[in-house]
Amino acid sequence: MKSFDYIRATDTGHASAEAAEGAVIIAGGTNLLDLMKLEVMTPDALVDITRLDLKQIAATDDGGLRIGTLVTNADLAAHMTVRTDYPMLSQALLAGASGQLRNKATTGGNLLQRTRCYYFYDTATPCNKRAPGTGCAAMEGATRLHAILGGSDQCIATHPSDMAVAMRALDAVVEIEASTGETRHVPLSDFYLLPGDTPQIETVLRRGDLITAVILPAPAQGVQSYTKVRDRASYAFAMVSVAGRIAMDGDRIGQASIAFGGIAPQPWRDADAEAALVGQPATRETFARAADILLADAKPAKDNAFKVPLTRRTLIATLTDLCGKAAS
Amino acid sequence: MQTRLTINGTPHDLDADARTSLLDALRNHLDLTGTKKGCDHGQCGACTVIVNGRRINACLTLACMHDGDEITTIEGLGQPGNLSPLQAAFVKHDGFQCGYCTPGQICSATAMLQEVKDGWPSHVSGNLTGAMDLTDAEIGERMSGNLCRCAAYPNIVDAIRDAAEVKA
Ligand SMILES: Cc1cc2nc3c(=O)[nH]c(=O)nc-3n(C[C@H](O)[C@H](O)[C@H](O)COP(=O)(O)OP(=O)(O)OC[C@H]3O[C@@H](n4cnc5c(N)ncnc54)[C@H](O)[C@@H]3O)c2cc1C
Ligand code: SF4
Ligand code: FES
Ligand code: FES
Repeated sequence: MKSFDYIRATDTGHASAEAAEGAVIIAGGTNLLDLMKLEVMTPDALVDITRLDLKQIAATDDGGLRIGTLVTNADLAAHMTVRTDYPMLSQALLAGASGQLRNKATTGGNLLQRTRCYYFYDTATPCNKRAPGTGCAAMEGATRLHAILGGSDQCIATHPSDMAVAMRALDAVVEIEASTGETRHVPLSDFYLLPGDTPQIETVLRRGDLITAVILPAPAQGVQSYTKVRDRASYAFAMVSVAGRIAMDGDRIGQASIAFGGIAPQPWRDADAEAALVGQPATRETFARAADILLADAKPAKDNAFKVPLTRRTLIATLTDLCGKAAS
Repeated sequence: MQTRLTINGTPHDLDADARTSLLDALRNHLDLTGTKKGCDHGQCGACTVIVNGRRINACLTLACMHDGDEITTIEGLGQPGNLSPLQAAFVKHDGFQCGYCTPGQICSATAMLQEVKDGWPSHVSGNLTGAMDLTDAEIGERMSGNLCRCAAYPNIVDAIRDAAEVKA
């Protein structure tokens, strides 16, 4: 690991001022230190935000939930309001990492864990994300984990978070404090950027920005679930995951909100696929049509063509289950 | 970097480079070698310790971030002649072969049983809010952050189940 200056932030203004000067924010450290040990990330200074008062989960005036950025993944999953009103979020968190990691991983850190693949970790290989302009080792390499949607010819890495997928389906909003002291709110739908020609830029955050909270809107109608398909039963990243919420309107689908993990550089949502569900009967034909729309532009790499049928089946299975439960 | 760590009830003043992981601080600076280094990347759980009541991977955190924290390592859970219920159960059930993963397994299981007591659901719990039985599937899921290269898993699960029953 390269040496760095360690700064302990005393308040949010101090943290964002240091970040504006170039210090990298450290929260749980489970992604950042992993990458620093391999010298994939080599910050000159770290600003430790873990002593800041950003650990609360509180009801908002309009019936939603404000989750402080330092709330751990473990505490968020176990929080009773999340379990009862946003169950897909508890399920997604519990499907991620391990008990030890969830005790350290924070809400903001989880959103900002790097979109990555194994070549990103290996400094002996070319990688446009780690070293812009050097090429992408995945293009000629092993691509089992990589994206089938949203990638570019510069980068096809996936965003590995489970939590962010559920938050995307729940229409979460990210609260950000800039080094000017100004606070702004960015919907998660606008937070991540596709790789395009600049895979090293993953979000709309600017230098000096500090995530202070994630805000969930008031609980929506219907039933919800998070389904994760992976190579092992536990402690593995998603090959495909589906966060879904369905509300029925009589014998037709009234509302559908569906987000996908493991298949794209960001938590993926397709408004056309959702629109194809609403107003339709809850049949296999309806579900298959939504899957066709979702996957119409899928562009698998050498080793991950299996993700196309796997995503299709996981979506159909999830919708079958949710519509069944929503109807009863 | 000056850092004060309270380890197994005893305060220690550490003077180490900011890069020092909590794991390296314990093993290389404070001579507490019970906590093991496997992967050094949060993947194996050999380095599990309990910080302020929660199990974490000591390899993926900086010692200087833990100024003022209370840390429990395998040495603090029990000693020869005064074993903790889980330590005794691992001996009784032969919950190891080489023993390298064992301190991490026991620290992890100690905190995991508290999570169960606190009513935390897991990925395999039938529902998120109801009562939960500590089945073998629950133990396996909740302990998935601790790998055992010798695959002593069946005996590890037996030991944890036994200790949980004694506790309950
Ligand atoms: C072995 C292993 C397995 C894993 N498996 C899974 C899995 O199955 N599913 C899954 O979802 N995740 C998994 N993870 C990833 C884990 O969830 C992330 O490492 C964790 O959520 C990151 O949170 P953190 O607080 O530790 O972030 P840190 O490492 O502290 O930070 C990550 C990034 O976020 C930035 N940052 C943090 N907080 C803020 C803030 N408030 N404002 C601005 N910037 C900020 C940091 O500068 C850094 O760039 C795994 C990790 C490991 C090591
Ligand atoms: S897919 Fe992206 S992260 Fe992976 S090697 Fe290519 S550029 Fe790097
Ligand atoms: S040494 Fe810490 S998890 Fe492997
Ligand atoms: S007993 Fe050898 S690694 Fe677990």
